[in-house]
Amino acid sequence: MRAYIFRSLLQSLIVLNGVLLIVFLMLHLTGDPAGVLMPVDATEEDLARFRRDMGFDQPLHVQYVYFLFGHGERNRGVLRGDFGFSYRHEVPAMGLVVEHIPATVYLAVIALLVALAIAIPAGILSAVFRNTWIDHLASVVSMFGQSLPNFWMGLMLIIVFAVYLRWLPTSGYEGPEHVVLPALTAGLYATARIMRMMRSTLLEVMGLDFVRTARAKGLGESAVIGRHALKNAAIPVVTLVGLELGLLLSGTVVTEVVFAWPGVGFLTVDAIVNQDYPVVQAAVTLLAMMYIGVNLTVDVTYAWLDPRISYR
Amino acid sequence: MAVERTIAVEPTLGGLERAESERVSEPQRALRKLLRRPPALFGLLCVAAVLTWAVIPGAFAPLDPLDQSLARHLKPPGWVDAEGRTYWLGTDQQGRDILSRVVWGSRISLSVGIATVLVSGLIGVTLGLVAGYFGGKLDAVISRIVDTALAIPFILLAMALIAILGPSLENIILAIALRTWIVYARVVRGEVLTLKEREFVTGAKAMGCTTLRVLAVYLLPNVLPSTLVVATLYLGRMIIIEASLSFLGVGVPPPTPTWGGMLSDGRAFLDTAWWIAFFPGVVLMLTVLGVNLLGDWLRDVLDPQMKRAAD
Repeated sequence: MRAYIFRSLLQSLIVLNGVLLIVFLMLHLTGDPAGVLMPVDATEEDLARFRRDMGFDQPLHVQYVYFLFGHGERNRGVLRGDFGFSYRHEVPAMGLVVEHIPATVYLAVIALLVALAIAIPAGILSAVFRNTWIDHLASVVSMFGQSLPNFWMGLMLIIVFAVYLRWLPTSGYEGPEHVVLPALTAGLYATARIMRMMRSTLLEVMGLDFVRTARAKGLGESAVIGRHALKNAAIPVVTLVGLELGLLLSGTVVTEVVFAWPGVGFLTVDAIVNQDYPVVQAAVTLLAMMYIGVNLTVDVTYAWLDPRISYR
Repeated sequence: MAVERTIAVEPTLGGLERAESERVSEPQRALRKLLRRPPALFGLLCVAAVLTWAVIPGAFAPLDPLDQSLARHLKPPGWVDAEGRTYWLGTDQQGRDILSRVVWGSRISLSVGIATVLVSGLIGVTLGLVAGYFGGKLDAVISRIVDTALAIPFILLAMALIAILGPSLENIILAIALRTWIVYARVVRGEVLTLKEREFVTGAKAMGCTTLRVLAVYLLPNVLPSTLVVATLYLGRMIIIEASLSFLGVGVPPPTPTWGGMLSDGRAFLDTAWWIAFFPGVVLMLTVLGVNLLGDWLRDVLDPQMKRAAD
């Protein structure tokens, strides 16, 4: 068990290094990071001084070391949380991104809760009433859910609930009424996937011997499903839910733009449009770290929940 | 040599023999299945319609998709101008005909969708074959690359890459493929892990086939059916991703009509002109739905085990 956790941790570190390498190389794609980072109207002297200050005149591997560990007085290195200054907001990029994280986490968690509230009952119902109209309806809805571009659904929700019915606001962040439409939009794909997973694992479990035994000893159908089948179908669903949370943390970008939700995605899209790359680098790194953290937690919890797991 | 080939294509051949005994060919059987399945038939109709639009948009678009005039901006669906031309789906904020733009927009959606499927399929199948067949360190390295690609917030990275490199069609395709090859790599790797222990592969190796030959002649044809299934099931997602990027402002630049770009235009007029954002989205959804329904059908035809496992 300890070896398994250690190996998961080591793998996470390797992945984190990969992420940092990609974030670093991003600016070097055109071959001139100074040209990418500096405003379009920067003079040749500005560019030359900037290249010298940032160490862009050094070989690439030296620059990567600078990027990680810092170089000179103005750059303390990303490992100490220094991604440089946001050009637009004139504050440290990392701090700016961190400020926007709560909004994104809030949206992702509510979206996941909404998805669970819809998907788990629907999945159980369609497994229990397999091949009836309930099951067929659920599968049609889930098929549509997977084919719907979620940002378009967001726009349609705004037209119906905000513009015509005037029940809910189109954008903003303050009260609970603001989160309803964004959460539905962001959780769309998670809902469809969790529902299908719930249905198929429950069906699989219901075909196993111990369920037949439970039925044979005379238990009612609700007890068989509630007390025996559901518990055993829970593990794969719990794993999927963890993974969905990891996906949602960086998967709310388009939703945040549609609803002007002040999260990391909204901030970063704005930064990309305005070529504010330190913010982009900090955001990509932080979101990746959160994803890695969630996955590591899922891995370890899974191993702890299911003793049968093989610690390859 | 002949013996090798027979063994290599064994699964398909078995299917053909069965089919011949019933005097119906495999494609014919698949087609019959398709006709007996209303959802798949509906999917085929949607895809065929959009494909026809993309190939000959001029025949279906009533007007020039780029022709703008402020005199007729934001007109509702069914509006008729002074010259008697009907704007069936209304006009946008620049007075351009929405129907014509939707028809022309199918070009970008389908071409980017299909191209990304091809590029990511090529990368994914190659890496999956290599990882599964050689295993060991190479497999570990490829697995860490997969983990890294999964950890990166994909839409943001794709946006940043396109913003840095410029919004050309090739850059958009590459930026999307950078993430989507993973699915193919995983499926192919898994299949190769079991296939490489099978007799026709170990036999080929024993007879002195080169590694490249084993990979290309014995393993590749056997992983193609599931690759095709994955490709169809993911084509819809590629189309949605392209639309998202256009919506976020890093797609194929205007004035080229794209569905995502039209949705982005419509966003500013949700309260006054709902039709701008409504119709491109409907067509986008029907296209993706059609592709997904076809993908489901293809999975049942090519891979009955997958269906049983999913049920």
